[in-house]
Amino acid sequence: MNWISDFVRPKIKKASPKELSDNLWTKCPECGQMLFNKELEKDFYVCSFCGHHLRLPVLKRLQMLFDDGKYRALSLPKLQDDPLNFKDSKKYTDRLRSYRKLSGRDDAIVVAYGEIGGIKAVVAILDFSFMGGSMGTAVGEGIVRGAEFALKTKSPFIAISASGGARMQEGILSLMQMARTTAAINQLKEKGFPYISVMTDPTTGGVSASFAMLGDINIAEKGSVIGFAGARVIEQTIREQLPEGFQKAEYLQAHGMVDIVVNRTELRDKLIKILKLLLNR
Amino acid sequence: MEKSNTVNLDFEKTIAEVEEKILHLKDIELGDGVNIDGEITRLRQKSERLLKQLYSKLTPWQKTLVARHPDRPHSIDYINLLIEDFENLSGDRCFADDLAIIGGLGKFNGRSVVVIGQEKGRDLETRVKHNFGMAKPEGYRKVQRLMDIADKFNLPVIAFVDTSGAFPGVEAEERGQAQAIASCIERCLKLKVPFVSVVIGEGGSGGAIAVATANRIIMLEHSIYSVISPEGCASILWRSADKVKEATEALCLTAQDLRRLGVIDEIVAEPTGGAQRHREEAIKRVGMAVARHLKELENQSGEELKRRRTEKFLKMGRHLAKSE
Repeated sequence: MNWISDFVRPKIKKASPKELSDNLWTKCPECGQMLFNKELEKDFYVCSFCGHHLRLPVLKRLQMLFDDGKYRALSLPKLQDDPLNFKDSKKYTDRLRSYRKLSGRDDAIVVAYGEIGGIKAVVAILDFSFMGGSMGTAVGEGIVRGAEFALKTKSPFIAISASGGARMQEGILSLMQMARTTAAINQLKEKGFPYISVMTDPTTGGVSASFAMLGDINIAEKGSVIGFAGARVIEQTIREQLPEGFQKAEYLQAHGMVDIVVNRTELRDKLIKILKLLLNR
Repeated sequence: MEKSNTVNLDFEKTIAEVEEKILHLKDIELGDGVNIDGEITRLRQKSERLLKQLYSKLTPWQKTLVARHPDRPHSIDYINLLIEDFENLSGDRCFADDLAIIGGLGKFNGRSVVVIGQEKGRDLETRVKHNFGMAKPEGYRKVQRLMDIADKFNLPVIAFVDTSGAFPGVEAEERGQAQAIASCIERCLKLKVPFVSVVIGEGGSGGAIAVATANRIIMLEHSIYSVISPEGCASILWRSADKVKEATEALCLTAQDLRRLGVIDEIVAEPTGGAQRHREEAIKRVGMAVARHLKELENQSGEELKRRRTEKFLKMGRHLAKSE
């Protein structure tokens, strides 16, 4: 025994950054500034330093959009889980179970209705935190029901996307949701009701290549990644660096794919303005 | 049935051996003039028997290899054999002519039709020319243009699906690949003429459904149709390219799976040993199936065709609703 082996480690533990951020602070992924969570919530999850749009939880967005934050959720029918009996490193049913527990909802979509600027509207919103907002039969069902409800109540339909694309675990049935959602949107459009697509970060794959790109008006939230193929896949295909700002909302606007790029804080006002103009109110 | 020469796949080794024996015997025959017809016939029968056995229980991964077989008949072959007076129409009127999708006018069983086909190309030169069957936005916009013609002149549409997927590249994104596919699906749904799609090889994801949102979807027995390639799925969900066979099984991408899931309307049986071994026969069988479906659709009005097509896709997945 000597003074070296007798050394007692100090018992002060370094607080892990994760604990901090979970409780009080969030680090802006763009500028690295620490943002006080309460402030961040008030700012609709927009960084007060650099204006970067962090992901906005689904219910917060609904509160933000509807008048006085008041809306009703449309109940969606329950479909058969896991039609393919899919299993990769984990069973799909287990994945579903854990995401359901985490989110308290059945799948990656919420359909709500209420008034926006005094105009009755139906809003379908994808939840990126639920399996990457991926579109399987349940998300497809949500879009179809949402569009049908809009048709029934003669209201505009607003789809707010945040999705990595199709849900691979539902195989071909998830691919079919591209045609299915398009069919539902098309029925609404043909009857003359407005369909507005709001693309948020990220909107890619089967979602961007179906209902998300088909808005009478396409709106993109500032800085959102929007595209068909993932940047990594493209890089592997062409084996060169991608251009600056590639697949960002502003890039899509410059290439003629979206009408308007908005700051999240202005989204509600922008939607009200557009609905009023379209409906001649 | 005239048999076409074809490259054997890895899992067809036993057949390759028998076929080699036949060739060998033929050489001897030529050389010595000894009659060994009996032996050749016997070997031929053996090879047929082996093929039949093998092809009656192909695994999903083997089917994937067959679906991508370089000697499988391509859209161009179907058009050559089934369509008379084919007139190729070029371009999307916006940007370019995308040869990953060929299309035009022609006569099918004496009736004018619009034909659309995804073409992969067969050798290095034609593969490059057709961009390996991976269409860019201009390809999907060409399809929409052709469908405008179909609607205006009341011509049924026949589409042959054979693509690994839409092209993933900077220029494709720049010109709106997502928008092009989305609006192509929308255009399919708006058609007021009979529309039949046939998956003849590989039905790869959004790039395939863009031309397969049809009244009737037919698949060849050993073709595949999937939301993602087995390779892509393995690398994303398993994080390993080695798991491609597992991914193929899990995806349920064979014609038989799709029929069971209620996604497609008919499977066309392939000649023994796959379409690559009897190209003409396979094409003729597809032709007969297409003719039958078009006949069934011909009495429906334009509105009805459109409504039924919409309803067909609105139901996709809903038929799996839990009984309440």
